[in-house]
Amino acid sequence: MTQEALTAATPIVGLEGVVSDLADEKQAFHVPWGKAMMWIFLLSDTFIFSCFLIAYMNVRMTTTVPWPIPSEVFALSFGGDPIPLILIAIMTFVLITSSGTMALAVNYGYRKDKKKTVLLMLATAALGATFVGMQAFEWTKLIVDEGVRPWSNPMGAPQFGSSFFMITGFHGMHVTAGVIYLIVVARRVGTGFYDRNRGGNYEMVEIAGLYWHFVDLVWVFIFAFFYLW
Amino acid sequence: MAQTGVAPVEGHQQHPLSIYLGVWLLLFVLSGFSYAVDYFQLEGMLRWSLILLFMFLKAGFIVAIFMHMAWERLALIFAITLPPLCLLVFIGLMASEADYTFLARLIAFGPAEEIIAPHH
Repeated sequence: MTQEALTAATPIVGLEGVVSDLADEKQAFHVPWGKAMMWIFLLSDTFIFSCFLIAYMNVRMTTTVPWPIPSEVFALSFGGDPIPLILIAIMTFVLITSSGTMALAVNYGYRKDKKKTVLLMLATAALGATFVGMQAFEWTKLIVDEGVRPWSNPMGAPQFGSSFFMITGFHGMHVTAGVIYLIVVARRVGTGFYDRNRGGNYEMVEIAGLYWHFVDLVWVFIFAFFYLW
Repeated sequence: MAQTGVAPVEGHQQHPLSIYLGVWLLLFVLSGFSYAVDYFQLEGMLRWSLILLFMFLKAGFIVAIFMHMAWERLALIFAITLPPLCLLVFIGLMASEADYTFLARLIAFGPAEEIIAPHH
């Protein structure tokens, strides 16, 4: 882009900028279209997860049977006394670590440092896969050892099982999809796909990053409302 | 384009590494605090307000810094952050409905007499 084009593309800021962005007969959002579309997809996903969490709030408020105590249900013992919620805490830290490596991958993508971008994206994918693995362990423990089913469980309100499997299952599915997505984009960065077809523009890395941070964001809410509340 | 706080050109989002590392560390600390709320078995309003405080701080940092929302143009920020506000109405509706269902269940098959009209 030439300097004139850059100046012309830098519009008014503030509330006046909102009006001019939305009212003028031109592109409304000054971002690559892929990024705007990812944001809109994430907005719709926000509503899906919100529906699950609000449904969970509703069944938890309406049940006359005591709700199982997550702190005890998800406790884990390493030989000694059970530590409350420890597996979930570790999963949280794994996901935050992966968010950090993803943020760095995006940054190195903008610096055109191909090798570091690929390595950091693969590290992110590996941490995501670790998260899903730990979730599989958690599900197995709950289903096999504790007898939790979507329709009943020995600890209390039967809705606990359906909420748990719905919410964490849907989130785990997002993480799994994210791992695949990251591997695909990392491969394309590594093989020079974007150098050949997008003129060396790595904005796809940032778009994949948006999705990945969103998965972490959803976990923040699940952790607070389902596990801690 | 290394300086921050300036509207970037056409979605170019390159910021100093130190910002990311700082937020990363902060997220670890806030998650540690969240876990501590459970570990030390805090109860009642203190527990709920701390959970919400740490949750919103973490969510805010992820969206603003990691997802670069702080550096986007206001039109995009509004388009993404304002629609979820209608969820507050949804939460309010479901919460008030939940109270009604809970009471109806107590009357229908719960220990209704003891709770609503204790007479023994």
